[in-house]
Amino acid sequence: MLKQIEGSRGVAEAVALCRPKVVCAYPITPQTHIVEALGEMVRTGELPDCEFINVESEFAAMSVAIGSSAGGVRSYTATSSQGLLFMTEAVYNASGMGLPIVMTLGTRAIGAPINIWNDHSDAMALRDAGWVMLFAETNQEAVDLHIQAFRIAESLGTPVMVCVDGFILTHAYEQLDIPEETLVTKFVGPFQPAYELDPEHPVTAGALVGPEAFAEVRYLAHHKQLQALKRIPALAEEFLQQFGRDSGGYFHAYNLEGASTVVVGMGSVVGTVLDVADELRKNGHSIGVMAITCYRPFPFDTVREALKRAERIIVIDRSITAGMGGPLAADIRLALENRLLPVHTIIAGLGGRPITKASLKKIFERAPLGELPEITFLDLNWDMVKNELGAEVA
Amino acid sequence: MIEPKIQEQSSVDGVQTRVKFYQTGTFTAGNRLLDKELRTVQSSQERSNAITCGHRACQGCGEALGARYALDAAIRAANGNIIAVNATGCLEVFSTPYPETSWQVPWLHSLFGNATAVASGVAAALRRQGKDHIRVVAQGGDGGTTDIGFGALSGMFERNDDVLYLCYDNQGYMNTGVQRSSATPPTARTATTPAVGKAPGNPFGIGKDVPRIAMAHNIPYVATASVANLHDLEEKVTKAMSIHGARYIHIFVPCPLGWAHATRDTIRVARLAVESGVWPLFEAEHGEVIHSSPIRRQIPVEEYLMTQGRFAHLFKPKRDEERLSALQAIANKNIERYHLIHEEANA
Repeated sequence: MLKQIEGSRGVAEAVALCRPKVVCAYPITPQTHIVEALGEMVRTGELPDCEFINVESEFAAMSVAIGSSAGGVRSYTATSSQGLLFMTEAVYNASGMGLPIVMTLGTRAIGAPINIWNDHSDAMALRDAGWVMLFAETNQEAVDLHIQAFRIAESLGTPVMVCVDGFILTHAYEQLDIPEETLVTKFVGPFQPAYELDPEHPVTAGALVGPEAFAEVRYLAHHKQLQALKRIPALAEEFLQQFGRDSGGYFHAYNLEGASTVVVGMGSVVGTVLDVADELRKNGHSIGVMAITCYRPFPFDTVREALKRAERIIVIDRSITAGMGGPLAADIRLALENRLLPVHTIIAGLGGRPITKASLKKIFERAPLGELPEITFLDLNWDMVKNELGAEVA
Repeated sequence: MIEPKIQEQSSVDGVQTRVKFYQTGTFTAGNRLLDKELRTVQSSQERSNAITCGHRACQGCGEALGARYALDAAIRAANGNIIAVNATGCLEVFSTPYPETSWQVPWLHSLFGNATAVASGVAAALRRQGKDHIRVVAQGGDGGTTDIGFGALSGMFERNDDVLYLCYDNQGYMNTGVQRSSATPPTARTATTPAVGKAPGNPFGIGKDVPRIAMAHNIPYVATASVANLHDLEEKVTKAMSIHGARYIHIFVPCPLGWAHATRDTIRVARLAVESGVWPLFEAEHGEVIHSSPIRRQIPVEEYLMTQGRFAHLFKPKRDEERLSALQAIANKNIERYHLIHEEANA
């Protein structure tokens, strides 16, 4: 059903259609509207048979979800930024225990300095936590990815994080197609618990594992992620068949065929990138766009194949690994293996800095001329930086 | 509460006398003087057995003993239908070295500081599945309870989630090698409060009285217990299991390794803590103390302190009168607050 609603509301409705039995909530901007909406749905009965638990921290939010998922019910929470970092220990624990928790990350910068606006610093900080991480390009995709997320999580016994750009998506009102309940119920299916905590058949979960078995446990976790790599495009295909929409999968390819310049990005920035690329193509530029959806596990082989004819790559990174560069660019370089071609990192949109078409256009035009450095901080205010560094850069 | 037992006995010359046995209640050393139905069954194959032998606790471990009695009582109270959630710590480490486990109940360990929150989640899951007959017990040491898990503990209390939380308090981080926790008593030597310098051992602070903090949440049931009185512990767990909502039992469990006392003295040390007023035994409902166990014959605190190497610097090379009297004052305050001395009992 088409609705003119906020992105957060769309995510909440999608989650509700998947019928979680426990939703844990701790407020942090910009994800709050999602759990607020779910809380209201629990109260009104629109989301029946569900516990909405207000907890005292994000650490508790993930911990309650760990308990309820291990206890045998579909469990969901959402967070952002500092909240994700505060629950970090439990985030790793959830994947270590193979619990199929689904969490929305309303992506946001990490302090200091404190900043509530959007970038991908939070998601990148936990990219090694053993979760499947999916990035929504649009709010419609955010809706669709949540429905796929429960299925991925429960079919493999792995938690899934759906990353939705804070404010830019979570707070944007637009027309969204909220799928029919019967279709969602059929697609998601009944909950498949990771454990049975049954007094008749007691199990010990979360035991101390020493050097003799720890590597094997980690190997199995890696194996599970490789399984997820197979499962994700298959589920996206199934979703397409049942819902008629191409959402999810590894990445969305826009005019990659024969493009000499390929711009790679994740999340809402892709919309702006596409607009610029379309304009440039009209002016004769050979430019394509790759919007990564499946960030963890990373689809190296498929990305490599899709980029094999590219002559240069521009990666829009929404975060910075200080002293190293862009984390997405690093993965793209890894995917290219031994191919020597320029990979330009554009560090853009940090802490909510707008990524404008005009700025991107300049960057995309400079790339084929060989004028683009390895790393560019988009629209950096050099006067401010020089003022701070003083004689060092004078 | 088990009251002192009065029995008619005939002495050698045939005269009938009334004998008041104090070997009941707080003072019960064994089973033999209890009525049959009150006795703890140690050797029956039918007895509940949450944690089997073969675990790797140290000899004389107070926590292993306390956990077994507490969990066994919980199992009996719930007809076997319990799920245990464990914080990281000695209990978790010594009971579950993969691929072995000592647990005979479904047992879930996640992290050090989140056992209460995980337990809240398990309780919610059970409720949503209509498995109301299965009860959730969470447990941890003093570090996992009074320090790193304190926020989650308070959250569980405040929401009044249907969880019984058992804190096994050995007054320090024993699993990591005897470091100070917020439950470590003043002057005690630990690896991070060594017995050197002008004021050796743990400094005097304002203190963190978690049972009273639990009471301040107005939860239905709070109690303190000790491995010196296992029947009392069992009774309190049984009572707690008859109540729904957030419940808290703080159990005093000596640690021979951390406290530097003989492994055979675990119960004795725990008993001296009770008898000196260092460890008051009480119950509270909805924030009000409803019962405390009287001290029969009060002993000076130093009699308790002298049993443990962690307090040795209070006596050698010379007596630290100032700090000994400050520790006595803490016990006196407990005695006053919980009315631990009954005139009749001391008569």
